[in-house]
Amino acid sequence: MTIAVSILPEQQLAAMNAAYRKAVARKRLRLLAGLAVFVAALIVASIGAEVNLRTFFSYFGNFVSYFDRILTLDSGQRVWTNVGEWFWGWRKWLKLLGETLLISYVGTLIGSVFAFALNFFAAENTSPAPWLRFTVRRLLEFARTVPGIVFALIFVIAFGLGPMAGVLAIAIHSTGALGKLFSEIVENADMKPVEGIRSTGASWLSCMRFAILPQVSAGYASYALLRFEINVREASVIGFVGAGGIGQELIVAIRKFYYSDVSAILVTIIATVFLIDITTGWVRGRLFGKEART
Amino acid sequence: MSKKPEVNAAELRARYPDVFDRPASSRLATPMMLVAALAIFVFGLVDLDFSPSRFISGLSQLGWISMMMIPPDPGSSLPLYLKALGETLSIALLGTTLAALLALPVSLFAARNVVPSILLRFPVRRFLDSIRGVDTLIWALVWINVVGLGPFAGVLAIAISDFGAFGKLFSEAIEGADRKQVEGIRAAGGSALHEIRFGLMPQVLPVIAGQVLYFIESNTRSATIIGIVGAGGIGLQLAEQIRVLEWQKVSFLILMILVAVAAIDYISGKLRFAIIGRRAVA
Repeated sequence: MTIAVSILPEQQLAAMNAAYRKAVARKRLRLLAGLAVFVAALIVASIGAEVNLRTFFSYFGNFVSYFDRILTLDSGQRVWTNVGEWFWGWRKWLKLLGETLLISYVGTLIGSVFAFALNFFAAENTSPAPWLRFTVRRLLEFARTVPGIVFALIFVIAFGLGPMAGVLAIAIHSTGALGKLFSEIVENADMKPVEGIRSTGASWLSCMRFAILPQVSAGYASYALLRFEINVREASVIGFVGAGGIGQELIVAIRKFYYSDVSAILVTIIATVFLIDITTGWVRGRLFGKEART
Repeated sequence: MSKKPEVNAAELRARYPDVFDRPASSRLATPMMLVAALAIFVFGLVDLDFSPSRFISGLSQLGWISMMMIPPDPGSSLPLYLKALGETLSIALLGTTLAALLALPVSLFAARNVVPSILLRFPVRRFLDSIRGVDTLIWALVWINVVGLGPFAGVLAIAISDFGAFGKLFSEAIEGADRKQVEGIRAAGGSALHEIRFGLMPQVLPVIAGQVLYFIESNTRSATIIGIVGAGGIGLQLAEQIRVLEWQKVSFLILMILVAVAAIDYISGKLRFAIIGRRAVA
């Protein structure tokens, strides 16, 4: 079957073509203008960040050879030819890694408890008073926006060097992040059960306990597990400022050029992070079914 | 309607024993998990040297520190701090852009609908995964060894760690793209490159642009901390002032960071709405 494609007469076509070209040209012009602004911003930024392409190119070899060096033992062999030598400090590192996991676990738990206590006040639909909601929200925002490692720096001075500062820093940051996520879950909860319970003359607390909590607890647990995953990464570097965990050992190795140690510690950290990701993913899948994982 | 059927509790109980008497294992599962979680928590507190006396003395210290932070005051170093803040924003912008430019071609190799061969896809994906497994701060330390102290190391650190994240996100966006446009291009006789340029890119670019903007936002936060290890930006000033216990300056710097992050959030939110439309974001 053939279809005849009718072509419009010349004058009509010309007018439409012109309109089309004009529309495309306007779009292109806007794109070009946006691009020009962006490039200008990049140039200003590269001056601000002291970008020096010459150092970059002359030292780029260093970057590649850095990985060559961290994969070489003191004896000049490749690291994987002598795993015992490569992971010579595994007892110490495993202990520090355990400390890192504990820091993130305790920090996440404290953070979740505080976020749990605060989030009903921050949610639009359950907060008892607007001023309370405003205060709690600003508080959570503050805890979330100041990076965890900055809290760690300050806590190291207040509480002394060691894992306690790290735990508290992670706990505060988690409170901020989880409080926001938790309150968003509460805002999406169905309000009909609340009305039902309210109509029996129940207090605010009972409303939260019997109407909201059953709807949201699965979401809470899912987000808390996700946060634990993130906190393991965070805890692995929080030792850089002296707040406990494997980071302390890593920064010493990097700063003092103990090359093969750097790669060994990095490998253990990456393996642990992978392992935790897989485990929490599995736990979340088991607890909440496939749909809750996304 | 007829009247309600008689409910015989004993009969129901006999017919649905599972509903009335759950086995002990399922009834005990939740309390057992709670007890285990609590046990690990207590063990953690003991193992990490938590002691009430240390906690209380630390809290009183913290109270003193907060008192000394008020009022925030930059002293005479305001121009220096503004410059450092500019440095931080520059690091975030440049690092994210660089990462996006690098990640776009690589992400094509990690997308199932572009590269069907698992032999090529698998190593690319694992490569991106391992880059992502290393924290930005660690990358910053590595780059400091290579290009020296300063913001340039920060740019490269953000670029490389985001490269891993973007590679994954972009390839997921590409895999989510509609197949029909690509097939249309192929039917019209287009080459593989034409398929990518005219079939895939128009679909994924808005998604990618949204993600890049979001990352610029979150990298402003990361860029504030990489200075702590010496990679430039406001973090360097912050860490220094904390070390010398200049608390008024510290609180001023923290306020500056908060304001800058809020401003960037606002701007990038506006831009994202403009690019991908309000509905797609909300």
